[in-house]
Amino acid sequence: MDMNEIKEIFFQECEEQLAELESGLLKLNDGDRDPETVNAVFRAVHSIKGGAGAFGLDDLVAFAHVFETTLDCVRSNRLEPTQDVLKVMLKSADVLADLTNAARDGGYVDEARSRSLVKELEALANGEVPAPAAKASDPVLAPAAPAPTDDGGFQPIPFSFDSFDEGEAAEDGQTYEISFRPRRELYTKGNEAALLLRDLSRIGEMSINCDAGSLPEFDKMDPEEAYFGWTIQLTTAKSEDDIRAVFEFAEWDCDLEIKAQEASATDDELPMIPVPFDLAALDEGDAASEAAPPANAAASEVVAAAETATSVSKMAAAAARVEKKEAAAASASATAAAQNAAAAAAAGQTIRVDLDRVDRLINLVGELVINQAMLSQSVIENDTTGTSSINMGLEELQQLTREIQDSVMAIRAQPVKPVFQRMSRIVREVADMVGKSIRLVTEGENTEVDKTVIDKLAEPLTHMIRNAVDHGIETPEKREAAGKDPEGTIKLTAKHRSGRIVIELVDDGAGINRERVRQKAIDNDLIAADANLTDEEIDNLIFAPGFSTADKISDISGRGVGMDVVKRSIQALGGRISISSRPGHGSTFTMSLPLTLAVLDGMVVTVAGQTLVVPLTAIVETLQPEASSIHSFGANQRLISIRNSFCPLVDVGRILNFRSSQANPVEGVALLVESEGGGQRALMVDAIQGQRQVVIKSLEANYTHVPGIAAATILGDGRVALILDVDAVVAASRGQSLKPEMSLAATG
Amino acid sequence: MNIMSVREIRGWTQATPLPHAPPYVMGVINLRGAVLPIVDLSARLGMKEAEPSARHVIIVAQVKSRVVGLLVEAVSDILTITEDNIQPVPEVSSDLEKQYARGILAIDKRMICMIELDSLFPETESEAA
Repeated sequence: MDMNEIKEIFFQECEEQLAELESGLLKLNDGDRDPETVNAVFRAVHSIKGGAGAFGLDDLVAFAHVFETTLDCVRSNRLEPTQDVLKVMLKSADVLADLTNAARDGGYVDEARSRSLVKELEALANGEVPAPAAKASDPVLAPAAPAPTDDGGFQPIPFSFDSFDEGEAAEDGQTYEISFRPRRELYTKGNEAALLLRDLSRIGEMSINCDAGSLPEFDKMDPEEAYFGWTIQLTTAKSEDDIRAVFEFAEWDCDLEIKAQEASATDDELPMIPVPFDLAALDEGDAASEAAPPANAAASEVVAAAETATSVSKMAAAAARVEKKEAAAASASATAAAQNAAAAAAAGQTIRVDLDRVDRLINLVGELVINQAMLSQSVIENDTTGTSSINMGLEELQQLTREIQDSVMAIRAQPVKPVFQRMSRIVREVADMVGKSIRLVTEGENTEVDKTVIDKLAEPLTHMIRNAVDHGIETPEKREAAGKDPEGTIKLTAKHRSGRIVIELVDDGAGINRERVRQKAIDNDLIAADANLTDEEIDNLIFAPGFSTADKISDISGRGVGMDVVKRSIQALGGRISISSRPGHGSTFTMSLPLTLAVLDGMVVTVAGQTLVVPLTAIVETLQPEASSIHSFGANQRLISIRNSFCPLVDVGRILNFRSSQANPVEGVALLVESEGGGQRALMVDAIQGQRQVVIKSLEANYTHVPGIAAATILGDGRVALILDVDAVVAASRGQSLKPEMSLAATG
Repeated sequence: MNIMSVREIRGWTQATPLPHAPPYVMGVINLRGAVLPIVDLSARLGMKEAEPSARHVIIVAQVKSRVVGLLVEAVSDILTITEDNIQPVPEVSSDLEKQYARGILAIDKRMICMIELDSLFPETESEAA
């Protein structure tokens, strides 16, 4: 593995960390005050910093360091994560992402922005520092007070570590009790507990107790599991930070607890400290509580008779510790196991796999499915009895292949979360640019869908979000005037619905200004000035090509690419988009997309002796035309009347040049399809064979794009069938209907 | 043609016709899960269109990044030749012959035309098709 590959892995990890960072910050923004969330955020920045340092990415390290420092203030409760603080942090996360991208492939970084953010972050970190500094100024009070006065002596002593650091580091010979219990991940990442302990021993004098209590029976032992824990008494002149530094790269993979003990070596007059610590650790075990009172009594005497009391208390403590260990040994293994299980459940094991390999697997499974279908068909053809064991075996095979196919498809399925997260950044940036205050609420971001769909979803979604921010949501002043919350809300939801993914984008803005849309459409020659349109039809005009409602072309939207591009890219994915709007209350865009692009539900039809597949999503209904409902219109146009409305009849065989003359509609079946622009067409086919799921095969790979054909597939009999591109066929039929009109105009 | 571009040779199977295709494109077939276009070599070379039968074979050939099937009547022989054996194409009036012929070979007093597959399927033409 060369350096570049390692770097590539680092950047992939960075992306994950950045996603984690952003989702953590957003959670905090929503009022989540779980310390684990803060930790996760901190950990993300810390990991990026660590990795960037290893690759010498100085800009990234510098920024991450400042960011980390500020986050540390939040983590240690020195800085309240208010909305304002989080706003700065979210921006910092964006800059961090920019810096990462820049380091990867030289993207653009707004230096002025990052510099001003560094200042803001530093201000945040420093602004709150005075408080802990004041605490640190009288360090003796906090730690020393509880021990002698507290008669119970069982309570864990509340220590403020912050106040300890500076105050006590000055004295030499500070004793720390360090409890270090590595988790399995520590070893997985190539760390070695022995080396950590050796490093620790270099800092000062230390004694180590190994806790092997959770070690299971030999035959139940998992060689990769971490069973040992250590309790270390370390006497050192260094500060707690230095001790933590030893564990820096292992900190997230072990349970580390560092407690400072009052230094008995330097201060013989006050030797009472070891006792409360051990007692504090004791209060779970029964044996412990019995041993405790004498120990505590000894501790009280200490004040009067220092020399003897020291030894007594130490002995008591030692005895208590032994008993405690025995008592704890049994429960320790249980808790350790529980902890491991919890950790495993939280993390979930993942591996990185090249997308190509997954794709190859999917292709192979696709062929397996086809092959299995071919096999079944030939068995059915040749098997006259129909009861042989081959049939049963085949049925099982069919079930298995279906299951394999589903699981392979699931490998490619990814949550839509990354795309949604990108959207929250876009909302922030665009809202800043146009001076609006907007909040993005996402729901169902764990909804899974095929990776290619996710990749292709980002662009149209970005466009729609920009539109919603720029045009949908009003300015705060207007919103207040309308009696709404000055902060606008955009809601982005994803959910599964009957084998498709439905993504909804709801804004609580002004809704569509139908008068203006209508006027614009008239100005742009999209509709006739006197056209009688329903509200819904007007709303759908925004999807018409070359339509932009913004009066002035802004930097954000209205660059000439309008909602028609969004609609086209959604349709290219085999999806549909619709809009509903209530003036004054906002608009809702609903997109419905297939879960995967590799398979398609299609209707298998016959046209002029050829088998074709029509995507099921395009079909509204199928019907058997009667001679009475077919009406001739013009030279070679025919209309079919369906429930009193007329719909052009399109002969698929004619459009695709499969036959030279039009077929008799009465002999065939009409598929009512909905196409681009909402217009309906009746496609004439000879017969419907059935409905089935087909694996999409590209025609372009070895041949070229064929007009009217979207792709190909392989049917159960091993033959290739073409998948109809409904929109293209409808467009072609329009082209045909246009020609005679033009020639009429020319002659007339 | 150059054997290095030949992937495999297989028997004839019924092809699915493609709409709006030039006459020499017979359609597509399923080659172990991949969609393979079939070109009637005879028609492509300006000779009469083949009427496919069980005796015809398909030469699966790699042309640039694409894989195509060539419908031929039979595969007669595999010859080992050197550059010296290849004679330049004589100046003939037909552009079509000049376009696809890389050279002619004189072997055992027979004339064999060596076909340049790349020029048979230039990118521009396949796209226009």
